[in-house]
Amino acid sequence: MNLTVGQELPTRAFVITRDSLVRYAGASGDFNPIHYRDDFAQSVGLQGVLAHGMLTMGLAVQTVVDFVGDSGRILDYQVRFTKPVLVDAKTGATVEVSAKVIEIDDDSKTARIDLTAVCAELTVLGKAQVRVKI
Amino acid sequence: MVNPQIEGKSYPPSAPYLVGREKIREFAKAVFSNDPANLDLEAAQALGHKDLIAPPTFAVVIQERSLSTVLADKEAAIDFSRVVHGDQRFVHARPIVAGDLLTGQLKVASVKSLAGNSMVTFETQIIDQNQTLVCTAISTLVVRGQE
Repeated sequence: MNLTVGQELPTRAFVITRDSLVRYAGASGDFNPIHYRDDFAQSVGLQGVLAHGMLTMGLAVQTVVDFVGDSGRILDYQVRFTKPVLVDAKTGATVEVSAKVIEIDDDSKTARIDLTAVCAELTVLGKAQVRVKI
Repeated sequence: MVNPQIEGKSYPPSAPYLVGREKIREFAKAVFSNDPANLDLEAAQALGHKDLIAPPTFAVVIQERSLSTVLADKEAAIDFSRVVHGDQRFVHARPIVAGDLLTGQLKVASVKSLAGNSMVTFETQIIDQNQTLVCTAISTLVVRGQE
């Protein structure tokens, strides 16, 4: 696979709706009601329903998977959850993910790609780093 | 506050989880994956996989089963209603494949206090039916202190 340091991968915009949250809850088994009930989210002091952090993490890496063409090439993936993604009942939320090649290690045949995930002009993931097999 | 004494504590392995092909497809769709290796058996096999492989974050399903044991542990004293996910990492020895029978072996790596909050880091080793390591999942939960 041909990667160069500094290369930017095609960005991807993910539209997260309440339907997406219900789907992720079922798929992952995380049924915390802050991810689907406004009344509950507000009762614990949140502005509204939030996306699962793990959904944001799970979709952001797809930007890299799309490019490398095989989930099996993702060797190591880490993120920090810096800001919650508030999902409006009508309009949802859009998370835009960009990815940039930071480092290539020819000995181990791996590359480090960093992700930037932005929603409503806020960076929602920090230290989002992916190590891929090249 | 979280009991600092649980640092270093290991929990019993979670019940074996059989990774199903349709569960992988369901999870893949939920994380907006277009990867044929998650969705199309022939494509996955053409890439050299035995069966469909799971998206990179699927291991969270196994991690959660181990974490639920800790959250139920009275000794740990973690108030789930005050928990926020701080960070997460997955280090894969190999991709998770449909047909895997996986257990999680969780250890509390560290308990730290910072500005009235507790930060607890868990390390879950995800092991297959041959006792081989598939993935290490590392998760830090922030437990907000009482106001």
